[in-house]
Amino acid sequence: MSEEQEPVTRIITPVKVDYEYTPGVTSERFLLGLKQGKLLGAACDECGRVYIPPRGACPRCAVPTSKIRELAHKGTIITLTIVRVPSDNIDVELPYCAASILLDGADISMTGLIQECPFEEVRIGMRVEAVWKPEAEWDPAHR
Amino acid sequence: MRDVAIVSYSQTPYVRSERVRNEVEMLMPVIDAVVEQSGIARREIGFTCSGSTDYLAGQSFSFVMAVDAVGAWPPIKESHVEMDGAWALYEAWVKIQCGEVDSALAFSFGRSSMGETAETLALQTDPYTVAPLCPDTISMAALQARVGLDKGLFSERDMAEVAARCRRAAKDNPEAQLKGDFDVDKLLAEPYLVSPLRKHDCPPISDGAAAIVIAAGDLAKQVSKKPVWIRGIDHRLDSHQLGSRDLSLSPSTELAGKKAGVAQGPIDFAELHAPFSHQELILRRALGLADDVLVNPSGGPLAANPIMSAGLARIGEASRRIAAGKGQRAVAHATSGPCLQQNLVCVLEG
Repeated sequence: MSEEQEPVTRIITPVKVDYEYTPGVTSERFLLGLKQGKLLGAACDECGRVYIPPRGACPRCAVPTSKIRELAHKGTIITLTIVRVPSDNIDVELPYCAASILLDGADISMTGLIQECPFEEVRIGMRVEAVWKPEAEWDPAHR
Repeated sequence: MRDVAIVSYSQTPYVRSERVRNEVEMLMPVIDAVVEQSGIARREIGFTCSGSTDYLAGQSFSFVMAVDAVGAWPPIKESHVEMDGAWALYEAWVKIQCGEVDSALAFSFGRSSMGETAETLALQTDPYTVAPLCPDTISMAALQARVGLDKGLFSERDMAEVAARCRRAAKDNPEAQLKGDFDVDKLLAEPYLVSPLRKHDCPPISDGAAAIVIAAGDLAKQVSKKPVWIRGIDHRLDSHQLGSRDLSLSPSTELAGKKAGVAQGPIDFAELHAPFSHQELILRRALGLADDVLVNPSGGPLAANPIMSAGLARIGEASRRIAAGKGQRAVAHATSGPCLQQNLVCVLEG
């Protein structure tokens, strides 16, 4: 190697894999609910705990969660973080507040953005509600 | 060494495309069945290990969600390998050998149909010099078949005979996917898919899941009327650089077979994880199997090739056959990586 040549310290090898994803019986109910402006959880056939988004099984009982439950659009912040670091696959303006929210009637929290509120006022235990975009702007495609 | 036996096995029927259920929904009935048949209460099973890959699911940490199908509360001892479920079974076996637990559940799952499997699997090659070329699985297997043909180790007819025999055997397996009677001459009249491979030399794309429960000596005898003993289990690997290997041979299988004790007794039948027809011929030689040894009576991966489960299924199918009294001593094999790069060999006895 000649002295002027810089050593290779990094290469980029792009990877592209396409998937045709199907969410499964229970998750599909949740996604179809979103399209109608509903928050649909699923209750465990055995213990009755309500999961949202549901994936089809109760992790405690390992049985199906076949009872669909429509949940309130109100909930409580369980934990939160202010994100100031960019990420390639998250298309949200920085900084933003992501929170785990326990919806009323659910037994597991789901993640949501806390907007319309200064970051310094967001706290654990705060009551929040889902604010939907105008229906005309709803787009079921995930980006 | 502790005596360890397979006490139950369960699998989904394998299908070309599982579009309705997700992984967890697919797994739940399989786990329920394997636990029920094991005779060990779910909460009594000491260790759980799964084998799967996020590349099939297109989702990071997809294996964590699969634990929902097992039930993880109160907390269980649990682990995962980004390998075929046969390696999850190996980890479970080691856990029992260490004396930490007396029983374990190993399972695996995958929906290959969601992506382009042959290209997805190219991502397991060396990421710097090989993966950027995106060599699909079929092309790599074709290179291997070509080396074997050129060396005169087998013929295209031998390969077609393997495919026809496997799919004929699969007629007796309700869970197999691709089965039927095929005429070897007609198969050989078909065009090449990727020379020298024809379509029949390649496995189907399969979605599915499999699960197995193993237990240590006394417990196995207590819960099972027909425990199938794991007399030896070992796994080895060859270089990940295709160019530095003689692809017509499988030294890692040979070594794993030696360590697992394949030659220490007669072999009644073998279940070999050979997704491509010529690979069965390479594996037979590497394991030193006599010409009259029955191979893949279940139909093998040419009849159903659920990626990440096809290896565990070989061990499971072999254990079922022994438990059914159709053989006393068998060899089961699992592979991972391109062109039989990594190989696990397991000797089972009734």
